[in-house]
Amino acid sequence: MKLLVLVIRRDLMLAMRRRADVLTTLFFFVMVVSLFPLGVGPEMDMLRKMAAGVLWVAALLSSMLSLGRLFATDYLDGTLEQMLLAPQSLSMLVLGKMIAHWMVSGLPLVLMAPVLGLQFDMSVQALGILIVGLLLGTPILSMIGAIGAALTLGLRGGGVLLSLLVLPLCIPVLIFGTGAVEAIANGQSVASHLSLLGAVLVLALVFTPWVTAQALRISME
Amino acid sequence: MLEVTKLACSRGDHRLFSGLSFRLEPGQILQVDGANGSGKTSLLRALCGFLMPDEGEISWGGISTAKMEEEFYAKILYLGHLNAIKDDLNALENLRIAAGISGCLLDEQQAVSALQRMGLRGRERLPTKVLSQGQRRRVALARLLVNQAKLWILDEPLTALDVGAVHLIETLLMEHLARQGMVIFTTHQPLQVPGLRTLSLS
Repeated sequence: MKLLVLVIRRDLMLAMRRRADVLTTLFFFVMVVSLFPLGVGPEMDMLRKMAAGVLWVAALLSSMLSLGRLFATDYLDGTLEQMLLAPQSLSMLVLGKMIAHWMVSGLPLVLMAPVLGLQFDMSVQALGILIVGLLLGTPILSMIGAIGAALTLGLRGGGVLLSLLVLPLCIPVLIFGTGAVEAIANGQSVASHLSLLGAVLVLALVFTPWVTAQALRISME
Repeated sequence: MLEVTKLACSRGDHRLFSGLSFRLEPGQILQVDGANGSGKTSLLRALCGFLMPDEGEISWGGISTAKMEEEFYAKILYLGHLNAIKDDLNALENLRIAAGISGCLLDEQQAVSALQRMGLRGRERLPTKVLSQGQRRRVALARLLVNQAKLWILDEPLTALDVGAVHLIETLLMEHLARQGMVIFTTHQPLQVPGLRTLSLS
């Protein structure tokens, strides 16, 4: 537990010393989402319909942007070697890195989403569900992404390969996340979509740290 | 304590060494010797478990290290070619985090005194990116002072160090051996430590 807190604090501290990296992800998200209303034009009906999809896809893509850095810098300066030799569980350490990654690259997107949603004329209810969905979904993106980041460690052109590996795995998250917003817009219950997202989150919490830890050991050889 | 039997390692198709056996008991120090590319680093990395040996067994107190995992990691301290320090953090933060990850939490005073003994007085709070190569190596080596590990695995610890620092490392090694510690290391510089054995890879 102490290790978990230590790793989260360390990664947040490093992120704060390199604010440019964090802001790039956030600005990418803002730009991509803002381009759609400009491109589509002022057709409120169409914008309202596509809002959730656009926001989710943008969140997915911008979380891909920062995934490459999750282990790469630690790998290059040798810190990762020391982490693999930590006498505590490596899965716990990896979980710490995932949480820190989400706080730096996922949480800002969630906080930004309602403001951006207004550009699409989303209703307050739909915005609320969108945020709940993103809150449940973005940690999953960080966790699944960490597996890909660990597997592509040290590879040339790893960034593209990483997206190809991770994006297909994130499709369920995208479907449930946008499905929930669509359901509330049509006056249906959102419980099923959100509970499925929650279930995926719990599954990811249990399995991805361990899988990532194994992937890191393989990549280290 | 540490026992290596009939170890064989290769990089790609190239066999580095085979049939390598040696023992290391408390209070002993072993220098791995050999030309560039003879497999010194690979041997040390195999000891840490980063590299799967082709054949042979590495055991600690009679138990295979591959089975001990975290229990074994608590016994060793590995210092590789890479310093494992973050440019954006200062020396103090680097040392405290590195020690924390390897399982011993330091308070600020302990960390400061370790860095001062490594000759970094007045530079504890500078970002490590402004330090010289040798000073960065000193920050990395400060971990030797704040660790409970029994076996030190040091890969070229003397790179970029000046004469004073080399003497300091010799002293640290002797202190560690006096505490019944064990050391296995590689270097291309002469190191004066009594009882030094050499293992030649060729």
